[in-house]
Amino acid sequence: MRTSRLSVRAAALLALLAFVAPFAVAPIATAQSGPIKIGMLAPLTGPFAQIGKDMVNGTELYLDEIGRQIGGRKVELIVEDDEGNPATALNKTRKMVEQDKVHLVTGGLLANVGYALQPYIDSQRIPATYPVMAADDITQRKPARYIVRTGWATSQPMHPFAEWVVKNTKARKIAFIGMDYAFGYETLGGFQQVLEQNGGQIVQKIWTPLNTNDFAPFLAQLKRDSDAVLALFVGRLALQFMKQYEESGLKAKLPLFGGGTLTDESVLPQMGDEALGTITALHYSQALDNPANQKFSKAFEAKAGKISSYYSEACYTNARWIAEAVKAAGGKVEDREGFLAALKKVELKDTARGPISIDKWGNPVQNIYVRKVERVGGKLQNTVIATIPAVGQFWKFNPDEYMKLPLYSRDYPPCKHC
Amino acid sequence: MRGRSVALVAVVVLALIVVAPLVPSYPQTLLTQAVIFAILAMSLDVLLGYTGLASLGHAGYFGIAAYAVGILTTQHQAGFAVCLLVGIVLATGTAAVFGLLAIRATGTYFLMITLALGMVVWGLAFRWVSMTKGDNGIAGIPRPELGLPWNLSNPLPFFYFALAAFVLAWALLAILVRSPFGLSLKGIRESEARMRALGYNVWLHKYLAFVLAGAFAGFAGVFWGYYNGFVSPVDVQLVTSVETLLMVALGGPGTLGGPALGAAVIVLLKNYVSVYTKRWLLILGAVYIGVILFAPRGVFGAFRREPR
Repeated sequence: MRTSRLSVRAAALLALLAFVAPFAVAPIATAQSGPIKIGMLAPLTGPFAQIGKDMVNGTELYLDEIGRQIGGRKVELIVEDDEGNPATALNKTRKMVEQDKVHLVTGGLLANVGYALQPYIDSQRIPATYPVMAADDITQRKPARYIVRTGWATSQPMHPFAEWVVKNTKARKIAFIGMDYAFGYETLGGFQQVLEQNGGQIVQKIWTPLNTNDFAPFLAQLKRDSDAVLALFVGRLALQFMKQYEESGLKAKLPLFGGGTLTDESVLPQMGDEALGTITALHYSQALDNPANQKFSKAFEAKAGKISSYYSEACYTNARWIAEAVKAAGGKVEDREGFLAALKKVELKDTARGPISIDKWGNPVQNIYVRKVERVGGKLQNTVIATIPAVGQFWKFNPDEYMKLPLYSRDYPPCKHC
Repeated sequence: MRGRSVALVAVVVLALIVVAPLVPSYPQTLLTQAVIFAILAMSLDVLLGYTGLASLGHAGYFGIAAYAVGILTTQHQAGFAVCLLVGIVLATGTAAVFGLLAIRATGTYFLMITLALGMVVWGLAFRWVSMTKGDNGIAGIPRPELGLPWNLSNPLPFFYFALAAFVLAWALLAILVRSPFGLSLKGIRESEARMRALGYNVWLHKYLAFVLAGAFAGFAGVFWGYYNGFVSPVDVQLVTSVETLLMVALGGPGTLGGPALGAAVIVLLKNYVSVYTKRWLLILGAVYIGVILFAPRGVFGAFRREPR
């Protein structure tokens, strides 16, 4: 008995070591002739798995188009599931950087993942791109040296959108309802800042918990004497909000504006007439009429069996961005400083979302599209009704003065007209 | 019995000390994580395994200490000693308050109350934005500087650092569970009514166990904050509490080695299997079900005869 117990314990220890052993095999040092390794994070399990899939499909689509080869070197894409959890994302990034020896880290969905990775990326000096994670400060008050954002900053579309609303609609007193987290704060913040400078007013802020199942009590609070409503929801919540907004009879009375994710193509096909007429702003629309987008959205639909969303376009263009940088660096991705410099110089004139360049903080300057949900050929789409060209993250503000202001938050800008 | 478990832990710790420098930096960070979660799992086992109280809010104390580290280091440039002290005191204090509310309940009701209290901590982490930076979390926590010749920013020295913490926690907990106090906790687990009839203050015993478990969870949380360099509401959410509970259940409640083993297995399995398949959750689920069906006393418990 005694010996068997000991041997069992020894076996348990061995089993433990067996888990560790495979890690111990050091990867063969890759010479410059080896493949270019790109490590990508995406939420492949959990509530954001569908979006994660869009992100991976977008990336793979571009890599397939170029034959998984850049400048004669093979490209290897390593995809890891971050579960939408910053601690997991950090783990997986460590694995990709330290074990797989990737040359670049990309991907990620949620803002907190972006903030969590930032110190690690900078301490490892590993070039990284953020195609989706939009938290303003990653390229503003606390810019990361090794991160190039190929996507957008949350408030970037909202600044010009607010001005567009004042110039083109009669809405002046606007009530806000949206998700109670940083993405919501920065969406409203950008809108409110510009709206109130142009004589408009945010007359109400309603923050709904992320796990809301029923919007009726919140909709009941919405000020009926406002001119319009601005809403921000993502994924399942966007679907539910739109439905309940119509059912409550508000849609007929108060026109609806929104942050771009409210009618993103990842949820739009599942919406009905309740979405019609909603006006949102983003740097992409599946309905954009340019050759690059027509080619991309057709190819994406063929690959993924669903229409392209901003998430898939973000990762598709991100992959192209990386490929351009690799070419510009002469394929020398091992030279991290050189590769990073190349990533920071990319300029793309003809992407699916239009021309993109990059500012000195590492955020893209790109077109912002004001989009209206319409039914075309039986399907809902985000028809582009206005294009605001070459919008940067600071828009018309002076960058230095802008960054002296606090980051947009739950209480900033304050609600003076509530 | 006593001599043998000490020897076993000594062997495992020695093996880790020897093996760690031989593996690359990534497995070293995983081992660090395993060791930190082992402390957390052992602390929960004081409640679950020894006292028979299943808490669903244990990540709260863990997270509070991690948040203390995050706030103190990034905003007040506090050193390790201050962070350790404040982290443990805050976790203990919170457990002391929550214990007053929770201990009166038993069984499912205890589960529900601890779940709710855990959510209170999560809500604070999420909504008290001026303090915790809300959903974005606190990033950029520097590794401690102890004036030692080793730089704790490197994976290996930090692993040894965490391992030392584990040995300390294990030693203290081993003394605790073998003390007369620990034995009365076991008595309460077996039969609360009988212990009460024997004149023991059952409430006080349970309360103290609850507070001590919180204190050790805080101890683990301090190291977690330093290890990750980042703390967010995810660290205090229900999933983290449940995962800790699973570590204990998988390893073997009512032992100290069991939860430590469970923590190591789950941390390594999670990070190892997910490299090979997207369906890693299925495999993890199968492992849980397998253990519950075939080794209800946990992997460790299955091979351990209860002394009668």
